Amino acid sequence: MSGGVLTDPEPVARSLPAGLHTWWRMLVICLEERLAYRSDFAIGTLMRFLPIVTQVFLWTAVFAASNRSDIAGYSRDNIVAYYLLTMITRAFSSMPGLAGGIARSIRDGSVKKYLIQPVDYVSFLLASRVAHKVVYYIVAIVPFAIVFFVCRGYFPAPPDGLTVLAYLLSLVLSFLLGFFLEATLGMIGFWFLEVSSIIFAYMLLQYLLSGHMFPIDMLEGIPTGLSGVSLADVVHWLPFQYTAYFPASVWLGKIQGWDLVLGLAVEVVWLVVMVLVCRLAWWRGTCRYSGFGG
Amino acid sequence: MLRYLTIFATFARACLVRDMTFRANFLLECLTSLGWMSMNLAFYLLIFSFTPEIGRDSGWSREPFFAFVATGLIINAVVQALFMPSASELAEMVRTGGLDAILVKPLDAQFLLSMHRFDFSSLANGIVGVVLLAWAVPRFPVPPPLVAWLLYPLLIVCGVAILYGLIITLAAATIMMGRNQSLYDFWFYITNFSRYPAEIYAGPWGGPLRMLCTFVIPILLVVNVPAGTIAKPLSGEAWGMVLVTVVAAVAAISFSRLFFQTALARYRSASS
Repeated sequence: MSGGVLTDPEPVARSLPAGLHTWWRMLVICLEERLAYRSDFAIGTLMRFLPIVTQVFLWTAVFAASNRSDIAGYSRDNIVAYYLLTMITRAFSSMPGLAGGIARSIRDGSVKKYLIQPVDYVSFLLASRVAHKVVYYIVAIVPFAIVFFVCRGYFPAPPDGLTVLAYLLSLVLSFLLGFFLEATLGMIGFWFLEVSSIIFAYMLLQYLLSGHMFPIDMLEGIPTGLSGVSLADVVHWLPFQYTAYFPASVWLGKIQGWDLVLGLAVEVVWLVVMVLVCRLAWWRGTCRYSGFGG
Repeated sequence: MLRYLTIFATFARACLVRDMTFRANFLLECLTSLGWMSMNLAFYLLIFSFTPEIGRDSGWSREPFFAFVATGLIINAVVQALFMPSASELAEMVRTGGLDAILVKPLDAQFLLSMHRFDFSSLANGIVGVVLLAWAVPRFPVPPPLVAWLLYPLLIVCGVAILYGLIITLAAATIMMGRNQSLYDFWFYITNFSRYPAEIYAGPWGGPLRMLCTFVIPILLVVNVPAGTIAKPLSGEAWGMVLVTVVAAVAAISFSRLFFQTALARYRSASS
């Protein structure tokens, strides 16, 4: 982008080690691309809060009609704060276009170049996704700040420093977990040429089981058929909750003490599992992949 | 008119042939669509495990609310099948200059842009909507009168017309602005307001929002009025809303047509 938003990146790039140089270049390219449509991007971010407006009114109506001050451990203000906090988590863990992009590169053959170049495809994707997210946060911070300022009355007092640290850690882990979940999903493209329906089905499951649709605690009363095990118990052991529910609940103080430590430990385990599965899928997939033509 | 109906039937037949060529994909699309709907129904059932109705004294207890959901499914299935697949391609057509090919054809551009694709898989949700309605209505405390049954299909058509007007207005804005992905996303976010009964929009913020979404962007009339006609007693106020909905449908179609023609007059090709 000539005469663009950023200054010449070359002096910075030259001073970096070779590996970081590549990352820096990818970051700059992504910054330029995204900032070219920054107003469109900012308006789009603000609009993503509109469905939450509906949720606020819906839950207000539910609380009013039920004459309850508490539903599944949430007050009305808690529910609103929860939905807003899941927006932050989703800003870290959602990976729009990642799985579809990988599957497309396999289908149209463009993945070939990563097989012959000294660039690891998964690392390349991770680097460009970091750049994508950094740009997103730079632009989205204004609409996020406006919404959170307007809705500050719904939030309880901020948690202590250690909880804030745990919250930040859970956000970073949610980004990595979200990335490897979707990257693995995209690699199904090595086995099936058309994966759009599979991706859509995954998104549905993810929306339901991550706590994005409603807090997972609301599933406490739903039996699974196993004695003493509710649906919420099952969902709590799946990786999806870390992409929406878990960080939001940490901030709201719903998960504390050893439960918080255990939750973070399970999140790390899921991350390691997904990194390994993603690597395995890439290895097995490239073994069976055939590329023709130039 | 007959010519356009024949052409539309040809488009629909071609889309059906294509869908049936990839039957497995068609089936998967139906299933994922049903999956999304089932998730929403499960969410509503969960809500009703906490409350007897949505909104205090609103009349939207479980069965009337499911009739509301069914009405929304039917209206959205028609819109998604008839108009959305075509309209969703417009932003890219404007950006790449593909719109030129539409404009040189000896047919009405609005017709071609909004109805050249027919998504049969979207009808699956509509069928479920009819089944859900058939389940809910016999369970109403008071059965709907005959006049409500007569008004219901008319108001469904009005709901579809209002949504169609919104799609065309956004399409016109796309043509005028060249690139407005966010504005087009606006469709999904604004229609989100119509997913729940209007009574939930109450209080110092909700009241003005309800007025805005009823009389300025009449999105709250789309499902609320037909569903309310069948699920609630037809009071004087209800008759007023029926009239407002008919007027809003005519206004939406007229305004969107005018706006679309204005946008086309200002269109400058993006190609060569």
